[in-house]
Amino acid sequence: MSGAGTTRDPVRHVPRAEYLTTVKELADEGYAMCIDLTAVDYLELPNRRLPDDAEPAQRFEVVVNLLDLRNRRRLRLRVQVPEDDPTLPTLFDVHPGTEAMEREVFDMFGIEFTDHPDLTRILMPEDWVGHPLRKDDEVGRIPVQFKGAHA
Amino acid sequence: MSDTTTSTDDTAVSYYRRSVAGTDEGDQQLRPRSELTAKELMREVGAVLRMSEAEAAKLGDLPDDPDEDQTMIINMGPQHPSTHGVLRLMLELQGETVLRCKPIIGYLHTGMEKTGEQLTYAQGGTNVTRMDYLSPIANELAFAMATEKLLGIDGDIPERAVWIRMLMAEMSRMASHLLFMATNGMDLGAVSMMIYGWREREEVLRFFQEVTGLRMNHNYVRPGGVAADLPAGWRDGVLRILDLLPERLDEYDTLMTGQPIWRERLQGVGVITPGEALALGATGPILRSTGVEWDLRRDQPYMHYDQLEFDVIVGSYGDAFDRYAIRLNEIRESMRIVRQILDRMPSGDYRIQDKKVTPPPRARIDESMEALIHHFKIFTEGFKVPEGEAYASVEGPRGELGCYIVSDGSANPYRMHMREPSFVNIQCLPHMMRGGLVADAVAVISSVDPVLGGVDR
Repeated sequence: MSGAGTTRDPVRHVPRAEYLTTVKELADEGYAMCIDLTAVDYLELPNRRLPDDAEPAQRFEVVVNLLDLRNRRRLRLRVQVPEDDPTLPTLFDVHPGTEAMEREVFDMFGIEFTDHPDLTRILMPEDWVGHPLRKDDEVGRIPVQFKGAHA
Repeated sequence: MSDTTTSTDDTAVSYYRRSVAGTDEGDQQLRPRSELTAKELMREVGAVLRMSEAEAAKLGDLPDDPDEDQTMIINMGPQHPSTHGVLRLMLELQGETVLRCKPIIGYLHTGMEKTGEQLTYAQGGTNVTRMDYLSPIANELAFAMATEKLLGIDGDIPERAVWIRMLMAEMSRMASHLLFMATNGMDLGAVSMMIYGWREREEVLRFFQEVTGLRMNHNYVRPGGVAADLPAGWRDGVLRILDLLPERLDEYDTLMTGQPIWRERLQGVGVITPGEALALGATGPILRSTGVEWDLRRDQPYMHYDQLEFDVIVGSYGDAFDRYAIRLNEIRESMRIVRQILDRMPSGDYRIQDKKVTPPPRARIDESMEALIHHFKIFTEGFKVPEGEAYASVEGPRGELGCYIVSDGSANPYRMHMREPSFVNIQCLPHMMRGGLVADAVAVISSVDPVLGGVDR
């Protein structure tokens, strides 16, 4: 019984069209806090298993961790985001704390959050090209800045 | 970065072109007021609460509708002694009053989440421990717990390993909060406090060095248990700290808590309401300072925190003084927890005896060829983790520290994400600072206690 105790969080797969309304409904149900919002690039795992009732797997997946403080429960939402249209409505109106997290996902994965108040890069330099956490943005592809320096 | 395209081949060039087209994202600056509509003002205030346009317009006339020539946009940081690293704040000032504030981060970004994808689960601890470098044990713990969840061994960790983990996590919290005492004192001009806080933290780090071999960046908590058993004489090391600290903490009280100047500088500064803290996703001492009782150790207990007695310290005003007092008293609560752990530390294994994740004992390597191969394979190839995804979180010194791992069945995480409390908490800054004084800005940053290694990762 040792080690853990952390309950296995329930997961819900949400269709992209119902994403915003689902989060709003859940906020009314008590999931008052958005703890985390991140994304995964499933480029190398196109045939991964998803439950039958979920939407077909897409390249990107946005993962949202919600927390209900009163009932002490968590819920993880997984939303499929296609490669050819990587957009999702922002959660800023429901959970303003997602502002920085959505900017990070935009910066790292190039997923755009429509109606986000300030969708700019947050961790990478403003003039950076590409989105580093995408699987096709390879490590070491960027030339070393000081390669011309004398040894 | 503009010259990078010249040295790459055609495919790369077209890749860049596509990416450029896809990343027209504008700059991160704080723009002058004359260029802004009310709606855009709201956008610049960033992570503040939902505001109607009318409310946002009202923001503009704080304290009374300033003309452009009366206000000034200045940069504070990225190199500034009280920004705790490389945090840059753009402040719009009217005289001494802060009208707007925008934190600009990323100066320490080294792509640690990407690095995490290149390292095996066995190596991952060395990476995450460097993120929030003031709470290394908590980072390792979240990472190890998420990995164990994926392996399905989270229920089989030996008792002694769990209690060692709790001991180290609480000592780590003490070290982190002691350093906060030091930096908070320094930021507000109590410079001798800086030396005291650093001195006490060093005592804890010395204990860490005895146990893990390193003062920081321990890589001590590993999937399956901990790296090594506690050394002989560890109990004396802990007791020494427990005997030493209460008196020193009382000195802090004398030096700061009851002192009128200290109170003047902190009380009523950087106020945040419970609703705002929840909406902004703030956790840890910031959330608790508003009176919300939320501590994962008590409310979603992990490890054996449910078997221990401790209090969750909450404030009532949500100001910088509450956050200071909460951290000071959390050191005392951690000491209380450590005392209970000392009484209950069981004997037994310090890591799981599962050949899949645990290397053979050192002595076996000398006598057994199989043990040597086994050891070699674990450290070169790592161990495979079943496909799946898991999120595990712990109460770090700064709030909820979570780790989200996606596994594709190989020995490296397919994706490793850390939910860093500092990254989220820093969104409170524009909110806490609005309408305050520049001098208080330093107190506000200090009271949020961001660690930029964790913010930028």
